[in-house]
Amino acid sequence: MPSIWEILDWPGTKWLFLAFGLVMPLASLLTWAERRQSAMMQDRLGPNRANIGPIKLKGILHFIADAVKMIFKEDFIPGNVHKGLFALAPVLALAPVLIAFAIIPFGPTIYPHEFFHHLDPIQVAQFHQHIPMDGEVGNYTDSIRLQIFSIDFGLIFYFAILTLANYGGTIAGWASYNKWALLGGLRSSSQMMSYEVAMGLSLMGAFLLTGALEPGAIVEHGASATFQLDHAMSGSNPLNWLWLWQPLGLVLFVTAAIAETKRAPFDIPEGEPEIIGYFVEYSGIRWGMFFLAEFIEIVFISAVIVTVFFGGWQVPFLDADGFRFGGELQQVGSMMVPTGGMIAPLPHWLVVLMQFGAFGLKVVLLCWFQLMVRWTLPRFRADQLMNLGWKLLLPLALGNVMVTALVRLISLYW
Amino acid sequence: MSDHGHHVEQTVGPKIIAVSAVHPRVRTIQIERPEDEDTTFVAATAKGLGITIKHFAKNLFLPLRKLTTRAKTGAAVAEKRRNDIETVQYPEEKVVYPERFRGLHRLMLRDDGAVRCVACMCCPTVCPAHCITIVPEESDSKSIEKRPAIFEIDELRCVVCGLCVEACPCDAIRMDTGEHAHPVEDRANAIETKESMMARGIKSIAKQGGEGPNWQSTAKNPQR
Repeated sequence: MPSIWEILDWPGTKWLFLAFGLVMPLASLLTWAERRQSAMMQDRLGPNRANIGPIKLKGILHFIADAVKMIFKEDFIPGNVHKGLFALAPVLALAPVLIAFAIIPFGPTIYPHEFFHHLDPIQVAQFHQHIPMDGEVGNYTDSIRLQIFSIDFGLIFYFAILTLANYGGTIAGWASYNKWALLGGLRSSSQMMSYEVAMGLSLMGAFLLTGALEPGAIVEHGASATFQLDHAMSGSNPLNWLWLWQPLGLVLFVTAAIAETKRAPFDIPEGEPEIIGYFVEYSGIRWGMFFLAEFIEIVFISAVIVTVFFGGWQVPFLDADGFRFGGELQQVGSMMVPTGGMIAPLPHWLVVLMQFGAFGLKVVLLCWFQLMVRWTLPRFRADQLMNLGWKLLLPLALGNVMVTALVRLISLYW
Repeated sequence: MSDHGHHVEQTVGPKIIAVSAVHPRVRTIQIERPEDEDTTFVAATAKGLGITIKHFAKNLFLPLRKLTTRAKTGAAVAEKRRNDIETVQYPEEKVVYPERFRGLHRLMLRDDGAVRCVACMCCPTVCPAHCITIVPEESDSKSIEKRPAIFEIDELRCVVCGLCVEACPCDAIRMDTGEHAHPVEDRANAIETKESMMARGIKSIAKQGGEGPNWQSTAKNPQR
């Protein structure tokens, strides 16, 4: 019989919590936030009316009204469509983004038995190495790692899975028996192809600097593998975060990622107001799934940017046992134990809460930025898009990899 | 520079590459196109984001422009310290319509409260939407021949052109109520009857019937 902590540590439990506790609500709220924010940017007020009795909440309840509307709307399937593929396409669009969340570390490791205590240095060292504490060096305790799968090829998994989401759009266009939907699907796949190369290459520099593909390791150590800024608290030093060492990679990745989410200024595949996109034949909840997938993708892209470039769940200078400035690592047994430099020791639960909240805050800020971009920039033409993807982003990404590799090589023999 | 050795004074404006020998005002100039320099759209993107972020922040954090009229404690806020939102929140706030706004029809009344309409059939004749139905009957008054037994306007068909008001010779029908057509659940309810339009009516100051003074004798410029 597994204990409650073991059950909580199961990937399925964590996925349920992440998908239905964080991602779905955030994506649903984004459907409201996007309209409200765009209104605010255009000197309008936006939707502020949906209410349950006297509860108005500035219109946040609009997302419930939207969901109810989409569920109860007629699910119209035109004649001549390929019924199987037509039904499959929204699932193919939605499922990969939910699966890809498995690699994102959305919080630190929690030691439930130490929850209300202050961790001692040995436990902090175990925390850094993800060792479940045992009786020999600390109190026996379980640990819950707030990451669904910690796999060595981490972000490669993300590229592999998110490419599958592209099939959703293409198959939707193909199955709709509509030439405009088909053209939209083709535009979608051509855009994905021209941006995924640059997208993968723009993160390559980050992999080189951190020496890791695993997002958890990137969060915990930052660029310290190359620059050795501050070993005692490598991940929580904002100077170790990759926005400082990979600014070009950050810009390239953000650009490619917005193209990946198929939103303005790269919304050529769907083009809500003018162009007919690949889901023109969809209605009701099937269309809602495409819609939701798009917003979940925004959350996911934000989570990836936060994880790779902005230190993930790290709060600046917050170690597992409190705020720490300076300090160094000391060899105790087989472990490197951080010593000295502490200014504000904090209990474990407060640290966990702050780090979890920091991740959420960073993700929300980046979602805000993506909405800002979507409502600021006009749409690119198809040829401008291809030029940007192949002639600008790709060479820049390649150059970024070359320069980063050179810096890494020099740092190894410095 | 000139190809014939003239020195060209470079002032503010486009760069002059060459000047014709035949006429000094025929020149070749070089036009600078800023869009040619920034094909990566980076500067333009940053500028655009700056503008939208400025608007967003201003509208999010500053109080509404119409705050003074809406707030219960009407502390005035300087115009500069308010946001740019123009939205009128309709049921609570209403804009003042212009004086000549054409709203729902009304039928004007005489001094005794009877309808002014003499069923001359001008308005149903001129109505382009054929939305006015008048059934005339004989009037009680000696100076007025007819009056409407039925006067109905189908507000769903009305195109709000105001020609009926223009055509009316005796100020009987007006569209100056400032009201919108009421929302209805049944098409039959959108038909305005004589009674409903008379309920909105007021007494007109215009004289009616043959007993009043002639306008020509009381006019200020009788020479016309």
